[in-house]
Amino acid sequence: MNSTPENKIVGRGNRDGAALFRDWYNDLSQTAETDGRAAYVFVMGSLNEILKSFDMPVVFPEINSLQTAVRRVAHDYLDEAEDHGYSPDICGYVKADYAVQKRGGEHPMGKIPKPSIAVLTNACNTYIKWAEIWERMYDIPIFTMDIPGTRQGGKPSLEGSVDFENDRRYVEAQIRELITLCEKVTGKKFDIDKLREVLKNTNSLHSSWEKVITLNQNTPAVFNALTDGTIFLGVANGLKGTPEGAKYFKELVEEMEYKVKNGIGTLTEEQYRLVFVGVPCYPIFRRFNELFTDWGGTFINSTYLWFASGGANRGFQYDLEDPIKSLSIGLLMSVRDAMDSMFHQEIMVESMVKDFKIDGIIYHPIKSCRTVSTGLADSRYHLSKKIDVPSLFIESDMMDRRVVTEAQMKNRIDAYFEGLASRRQRMGAH
Amino acid sequence: MSFETFPEWRGKELDEILYECRELLEDTEYPTINRWRQNGGKVAGHFQVYFPEEIAHAAGMLPVKMGGAPVEPNSADSHFGSYLCSIIKTSLEVALNEKVKLDLFISHPICDAARNLAAIFGRNFDYPCQILYLPQNPNSSHSLQYLTDEYGRLKRLVEEITGNKITDEKLRASIEVYNQNRQYLREIYDIKRDTPWLLTADEGYALLAIGGLIPREEHNEVLKTVIPLIKSRVRKKEDRIRLVFEGGFCEQPPLDLIRMLGQTCYLVDDDFLIGMRWILSDVSLEGEPLRNLAHSYLEDSSYSPVQHDNRKPKEEMLLKRIEACDAGAVIIAAAKMCEPGLEEQVAYTHELDRKGIPYFVTEFEENMNSFDHLEMQVDTFLENLLF
Ligand code: SF4
Ligand code: SF4
Repeated sequence: MNSTPENKIVGRGNRDGAALFRDWYNDLSQTAETDGRAAYVFVMGSLNEILKSFDMPVVFPEINSLQTAVRRVAHDYLDEAEDHGYSPDICGYVKADYAVQKRGGEHPMGKIPKPSIAVLTNACNTYIKWAEIWERMYDIPIFTMDIPGTRQGGKPSLEGSVDFENDRRYVEAQIRELITLCEKVTGKKFDIDKLREVLKNTNSLHSSWEKVITLNQNTPAVFNALTDGTIFLGVANGLKGTPEGAKYFKELVEEMEYKVKNGIGTLTEEQYRLVFVGVPCYPIFRRFNELFTDWGGTFINSTYLWFASGGANRGFQYDLEDPIKSLSIGLLMSVRDAMDSMFHQEIMVESMVKDFKIDGIIYHPIKSCRTVSTGLADSRYHLSKKIDVPSLFIESDMMDRRVVTEAQMKNRIDAYFEGLASRRQRMGAH
Repeated sequence: MSFETFPEWRGKELDEILYECRELLEDTEYPTINRWRQNGGKVAGHFQVYFPEEIAHAAGMLPVKMGGAPVEPNSADSHFGSYLCSIIKTSLEVALNEKVKLDLFISHPICDAARNLAAIFGRNFDYPCQILYLPQNPNSSHSLQYLTDEYGRLKRLVEEITGNKITDEKLRASIEVYNQNRQYLREIYDIKRDTPWLLTADEGYALLAIGGLIPREEHNEVLKTVIPLIKSRVRKKEDRIRLVFEGGFCEQPPLDLIRMLGQTCYLVDDDFLIGMRWILSDVSLEGEPLRNLAHSYLEDSSYSPVQHDNRKPKEEMLLKRIEACDAGAVIIAAAKMCEPGLEEQVAYTHELDRKGIPYFVTEFEENMNSFDHLEMQVDTFLENLLF
């Protein structure tokens, strides 16, 4: 391959993302090998902002678990957890991680260090049950950062209102309590300037993340929200608050802008612009995507990019003059937004359809995740009464290949695209 | 009391009263709620586990526990995918088919499914459908203030819906009614623990559960009447295993299953509808009522798999429960597809293994109607303990 400017820039996000990801796991392995510990956190409200200001290595058990599925060994881990009494009906992420822990951190990407602390939000209730497992296993402190969500669909409390301020004060108090706990766990004194530095990097990442997503409003789309998007998400979560994360996303914006300018789309010849609602089908990750791209279907946006980034899509900018208060506002708004894009996703999907010129909506509820899946059928029903965009509803799982039936999926997807094609014919040329 | 939603028990013998309670519980036409509405009253439906009913009560609403129902979710099914517990579906079912008409629906962040329920109700009904964000970090020093404020928000909402101002006086009066109710329920559980032969498992359950369907004043009347009657029953103590049932904090097992269990053992404690017994002693009548309610929720309360509190490791709480009622064995149950319940089962059983306490693990569904297999398994389990 000759190294034209185009070759250098196009695909850089995926290449660098994969490399950063490998480095990140290598670092974790090293920590584990030297018996070091890490903070265990979750994607929806990782609190990386605080933890990084204490230089704590962070482990995202959700990402570890999904990696076992992508690498097609999840069943081994799931079986082991089920042998220990865990039900086939609970979240597969929890079970895969349980088995990773039982195996002393053994994982296809390297070795996972044990936790020194677990920090979680209430964005998913299963986070709490999950962290309780580590609490029992390792006798570590677990900290639930409780972030009250939107009380009624479409009516989040507004910044400055009494209700917002009540929630914010609660979040701020908890941030201060978490800082005290981190001081205890690490033996280090909290350094507010270091927090400022981390927040500055996070601001940069946030605004880039928002831009990257928005750039997909262009035709053709510049990235596939399902496949490329998952790589970007990995970096957005793992390296949030770091200079590397900020740099990566700055360059990603450059790449996407370059692609827009030069009319370069994804690998797919874009025929249909799709929104993905739910959690990806990791046991057949590439193949699942191909079932759509084979028909020229491209995933332009997804609720996953929103909630699995902890609401970073809002592009929230922290005020470095008043970091703790600003962090409380940012956390409240971003994590609340992540929750809204799961519980009230019809609002987001409706706006995506408009802003991203969407032809079809793909709902993928999964056995493992009631957080994301419980309301999908109902919200699909109500959205279909408001907007005329054909949708497809396929159930499977993001971990458990026993409930992923590719042949059946393919039949339904093929039929869906045939419907899209004849609809397009009926409505005249696109 | 002039208007009553549940007059059927009046003037009857104990066995007949208990029969009427069971009938009410299994009546999927919800006569008491409908009578309340026909009388011009408003209804606040709240999902499991705990809801500060006093706040709705103080504005003259009827708080109703949306605790599922023994019905098929024919209308609700199309609103859900697979892999869900039943109570989520049947709670929507009774609202969609208008058996239960509400003016307000409240859910809580107890689990991933329930958090979606307020959104689902909100898309299907015009009345306010909200989440009451009970704190998930009860260990934060700010959680008391936060919860007091959150109750204040609920109070404003209820005032808006009813048009009735909720004064501190009214709140205190409601708290008194509920304190009384909690006191009676404690007495029922004392009977179950100390003299279980006087009250069968299903009778005890029915007496508790009807409280979610009628005004608490009426519930208090029923309990006040039956408690002395139960105590004066003449029944012989039998040599039975004393059992704890754990896993009824949200979806409820069918009444027949509870009856079946009570036929072979003494069910001396349980977590059925634990929200009704969440607060352990009287809520203070001094000072700010909302703060007092919040304080009791956080500081003087029971436990369940859906609340994390560093001070209440659940295995320890279960062991305390077993010890307090001197039980010889435990049923560790979970509703089918209930993520928190199923997860807790593992922690509970590992702990019981460590302590050498016999247990039986099972799953149930509120509308299951055949227990032959389960009955055989339970019998075998109990026989193994006895012989
Ligand atoms: S239930 Fe869903 S959101 Fe929660 S940990 Fe599992 S996959 Fe993630
Ligand atoms: S039964 Fe379990 S999963 Fe279902 S609503 Fe209740 S707590 Fe949630």
